[in-house]
Amino acid sequence: MSVMKRVSMIFRAKANKALDRMEDPRETLDYSYQTQLELLQKVRRGVADVATSRKRVELQMNSLEQSSTKLDRQAREALSAGREDLARDALSRKSGVQGQLTDLQTQYTSLQGEEEKLTAASQRLQAKVDAFRTRKETIKATYTAAEAQTRINEAFTGISEEMGDVGMAIQRAEDKTEQMKARAGAIDELMASGALDDVVSGPRDDIQAELDRMGAGHDVDSELARMKAELGQGSAPRELEGSAEPAQAQQAPASAAQPADHQQAGEGQ
Amino acid sequence: MIVRILGEGQLEVDDSAVAELNALDSQLEAAVDRNDEAEFSAALDTLLSRVRALGRTVEDSALDPSDLILPQEGATTAEVRKLLADDGLIPG
Repeated sequence: MSVMKRVSMIFRAKANKALDRMEDPRETLDYSYQTQLELLQKVRRGVADVATSRKRVELQMNSLEQSSTKLDRQAREALSAGREDLARDALSRKSGVQGQLTDLQTQYTSLQGEEEKLTAASQRLQAKVDAFRTRKETIKATYTAAEAQTRINEAFTGISEEMGDVGMAIQRAEDKTEQMKARAGAIDELMASGALDDVVSGPRDDIQAELDRMGAGHDVDSELARMKAELGQGSAPRELEGSAEPAQAQQAPASAAQPADHQQAGEGQ
Repeated sequence: MIVRILGEGQLEVDDSAVAELNALDSQLEAAVDRNDEAEFSAALDTLLSRVRALGRTVEDSALDPSDLILPQEGATTAEVRKLLADDGLIPG
């Protein structure tokens, strides 16, 4: 038998089974209405959950985008300083970040779709629940056994099909958000543990450290030289070992601007 | 004739379209039986787009049960099998 027909028969069978369990038809109406209201709450919570998950993915995407921009800038800085090795390193990390971004983009789109579907489902269910409430009151007012039973069955079967559909849609959305939560949680944990520091901007950013060393090295050395000069001139020379002097002069050629520095460097240390 | 697409809602389709939809549905069923995911996905896409093209949206406030119910877009053969199982996916 056809798939479409079988599915619709299964839905009907479920509704009929539920109807058979009820003894008083009016009780069926009230009980079903309660269940409908509960399902409406559930579908609204579902929409909120999906939205939360989507926002979390959005935040992670923002931070990865920042990271990508930063790595790009670092690659440029490294290149202009003649450090192609460092630039290559930065660009390869950037490509890793871009890969993660693409993955998150797919997740984001999927969550967005889920959110739209659930929102629409919630509106449909709301309209049907309102219609059911009206029908329920009409049926109760004109209650004459056999006729009422037929009308109750119709209304009940119609709404329970919708409820079954919405129930499954909520389940699908929940499954999807659970998966997303697990993945987003894993990325957050990696970031927190520092394992992703190499990829995502963090305290142990060795490319930046290298660039800083290259850039700031000059400043520190020249400032040191200036301070030493000041101290050397301003206070009495102290007797300290000057053993570090040759090495220091080698490491910081920029500071060896004035000949007087050499003499005072060892003393003022 | 009222057709429901799971996750999307109900559509009113002329009875004259039944033969065409049934033929597409047979392909769907064959794909489920053979567990052929690619063929199933293609057959479902065709069936859904035909129903969407032929159908008129049923008012949200209508309380009529559907004559035919179609799996949601992107469904897998495993999901359809569960749907067809007696105590499967459908809550209640």
